[in-house]
This record gives sequence, structure tokens and C-alpha cells, in this order.
Amino acid sequence: MSEFPEHDPKDHCLDESLKEPTDSLIVHATARGIAPFILLIGLYVFFHGHYSPGGGFQGGVLLAVGFLLLRLSLGVRLSQIVMPHRLTLRASAIGALLFVAVGLSAVIMGGNFLDYHLLPIPGLAPEYLRYFGILLVEVGVTVTVTFTLVAIYDELLGC
Amino acid sequence: MKALRYIVLVAFFGVLMTAVVKLPPRGDVSSPVHRRTNAAGTPVAGTYYIQNAYKDAKTPNMVTVILGDYRSLDTLGETIVVLIGGIACFYILNVRRRKP
Repeated sequence: MSEFPEHDPKDHCLDESLKEPTDSLIVHATARGIAPFILLIGLYVFFHGHYSPGGGFQGGVLLAVGFLLLRLSLGVRLSQIVMPHRLTLRASAIGALLFVAVGLSAVIMGGNFLDYHLLPIPGLAPEYLRYFGILLVEVGVTVTVTFTLVAIYDELLGC
Repeated sequence: MKALRYIVLVAFFGVLMTAVVKLPPRGDVSSPVHRRTNAAGTPVAGTYYIQNAYKDAKTPNMVTVILGDYRSLDTLGETIVVLIGGIACFYILNVRRRKP
């Protein structure tokens, strides 16, 4: 560990060993066992934002942590199955677009921007339209936060 | 120079402790944050939120209603800030790394 490789200014990647799978069987098994539960807790925090502390940002960060644990332990190449690299930044843009689309659909129905009780969902009272409008918006926030954090990690590694 | 640093630290600690000690006690209905009208005599938005948050959106968590419904434009701005942070990292970290 004492000698680091010579830093080449042309080489803008970080240490290549960060991309490799871990050698330790314990770390490997633990990360693979724990990551689904972290993702589950992330979904729980997100969906309970209506009833308890939580919501889009916190749930999104927990989901991102679940994916980053797989990135750290399994290596970049193996964890492409659960979170492909080419998906990340595009999906985070889609999350922000979902937020804007909810707002603009209220505008198209003749209300103000983000005026949820005019959303074009049939058969719901205005209060419940606002309920589901908040939920849709939180989905957009969660998608953006999750995929942006994974994308920043991927760009730091340079994969 | 090091003594000055410690003096500034101690003075800042004193300011913070003074602020903490002078806070109104919890549940004090006459404290400024719990009044229905502010110092200028106009009604405070928080009163409306507390009275109408559940009626408007059928959501028990008042904070979610404020962040997602009443102040949703602010939340949209926060989301776009996160997205712009990701895009900026993408371009800054890929300056010389881009493969042809």
C-alpha cells in the first residue's frame, strides 16, 4: 500500500483498482445481501413521504446508496446489470422532465403551473388529485436524485 | 495569529450560546413563530397551512403538502439544481477524457 503508481497527467482516470470487483468474499457477500434491503428502505422512505418524515430527496439518496454499494463492492462492470452507465444521466433528466410535465399538464387543462387539482386524471376528487399530483412530483424528484448521484460517481471513476 | 483564531472561535461560541439561551421555550404560544399575524399586522402563511393542509390534499404530512403542493415551484428549482450539478460534473470530469 505504501507505493502508489506514478501519476500520469495524461491519465485522468482514478485508480483502476476502484473499478475492479473486491477480492474479499465477506465484502462481496455482505454487499450483495444488504443492497436489496437498502433499496427497499429507500422505497419505503419515498412512499411514506405522505405520512411520515421522508419524501423524494431522502428516498432518492437511499436508493442511490444502494446502487453505489453495488458499484463499490462488485466493481463497475458487474454492477452494470442493475444500473447501466448509459442510463444514469438520461434518466435523471427524465425525472426533472416528469416534474415539468405534471406542471405543464395543469397549464394545458387551464390552470396555473403545478396546479394539481386540474390534472387530467378522471374520476378523482380535487383533494385526491392533489394527493396524486404530489406523488407524481415526488417520483420525479426521486428519479432525478438517484440517477444523478450514481452518474456523478460514474463520472468520477471515468468508466 | 493563532491567538486571534481562538479569540474569534470563543466569540462566535458566545454569540451562538447567547442565541440558544434566548430562544423561547418549546410550545410557547406567544413566541413570534406561533403568532397568526406578523409584526406588520398581516396574517402569516403558516396559519393557513396548518388549518388547510389536510383539507386541501388529504395528506397527513403537512411538510410534504407545503413542499410538494404550496411551494412546488421551489421543489422544481431544487430538482433542477441537482440535475444541473450532475450535468456539470459530466462535462467538467470529461474535459480531456472524451474518447473519439
